Amino acid sequence: MKIPSFFKSIFFGIPIGITFVDSVGYIARVDGISMQPALNPDKKTPDYVFLNRLAVRSYEIKRGDIVSLISPKNPSQKIIKRVVGIQGDIIKTLSYKENIVQIPEGHFWIEGDHTGHSMDSNNFGPVSLGLVTAKACCIVWPPSRWQFIENFLPASRIPLNRNPRRFAKNT
Amino acid sequence: MRKLLFRFIGTLGYFFQYGCVLHCTFEYLGDFVLCSGPSMEPTIYSDDILFTEHISTLSQTINKGDIVIAKCPTNPRQQICKRVVALQGEKIKTGFASYEVVPIGHVWLQGDNTTNSTDSRHFGPVPIGLIRSKAVCKVWPPKSIAMLNDS
Repeated sequence: MKIPSFFKSIFFGIPIGITFVDSVGYIARVDGISMQPALNPDKKTPDYVFLNRLAVRSYEIKRGDIVSLISPKNPSQKIIKRVVGIQGDIIKTLSYKENIVQIPEGHFWIEGDHTGHSMDSNNFGPVSLGLVTAKACCIVWPPSRWQFIENFLPASRIPLNRNPRRFAKNT
Repeated sequence: MRKLLFRFIGTLGYFFQYGCVLHCTFEYLGDFVLCSGPSMEPTIYSDDILFTEHISTLSQTINKGDIVIAKCPTNPRQQICKRVVALQGEKIKTGFASYEVVPIGHVWLQGDNTTNSTDSRHFGPVPIGLIRSKAVCKVWPPKSIAMLNDS
């Protein structure tokens, strides 16, 4: 019996598409104001970013990267935030219950660029690395915002143990 | 020579297509997991093979008493196999007279072998997003083939 070629192409086409999305990356719309001004500077025209999954396959993320992850509070929601500290870093928090936090093994610290308008680690604490799904690589839409996303961390948010002068001042 | 090359490309294409189908089956339906370590004794012994399904993880219907495979919170490259002891919002006894409430979006995982298990008593509640699949039955070794029921 011969399978009609239309059904055959659906049978293979859908898995190939899903595998591509799962292992290479996909394009997603950024909602909300938590990453202003890096993403969504204008509320009316949302940015579309390319999320690269290959880059986080080995869980090697750097400070200053923008990553997307599954929200620790609501597993059906994905959030996009900037990595501020990785495991072992000592972070001076902004509104967390403790003033200074050392990031435990296998965790990292994320913050939105729009301080005070973002649900981030200052709210729920260090996040497990296993929740990371992808790294935001470039803004693909609208055309006027077409650019690669640079690795950037404000000087005031550098972990205390990476900045000896600042560490001395705080202790 | 050309014919051979075309045949080679054709075979590669078949491998690619069936690889993608396999990826989707293992990622969205179910897969087999080899367990190692003593933490789930006497339910699961070291080197048992489990069949796990991903549907209840994707539809987020994890219940109390289920045995789940999750990414380890302290090392995402490693996977752990534990039992769900408490769901979000429930109280769990952590000491002689101390309680901890499992936060929203988390579960409390513990091994059945309470004396020899690194679990939520060590690293705290685990985010639901780290859970990969739910164990359904033991498939290897043959003499211990059994469904894994809640207990």
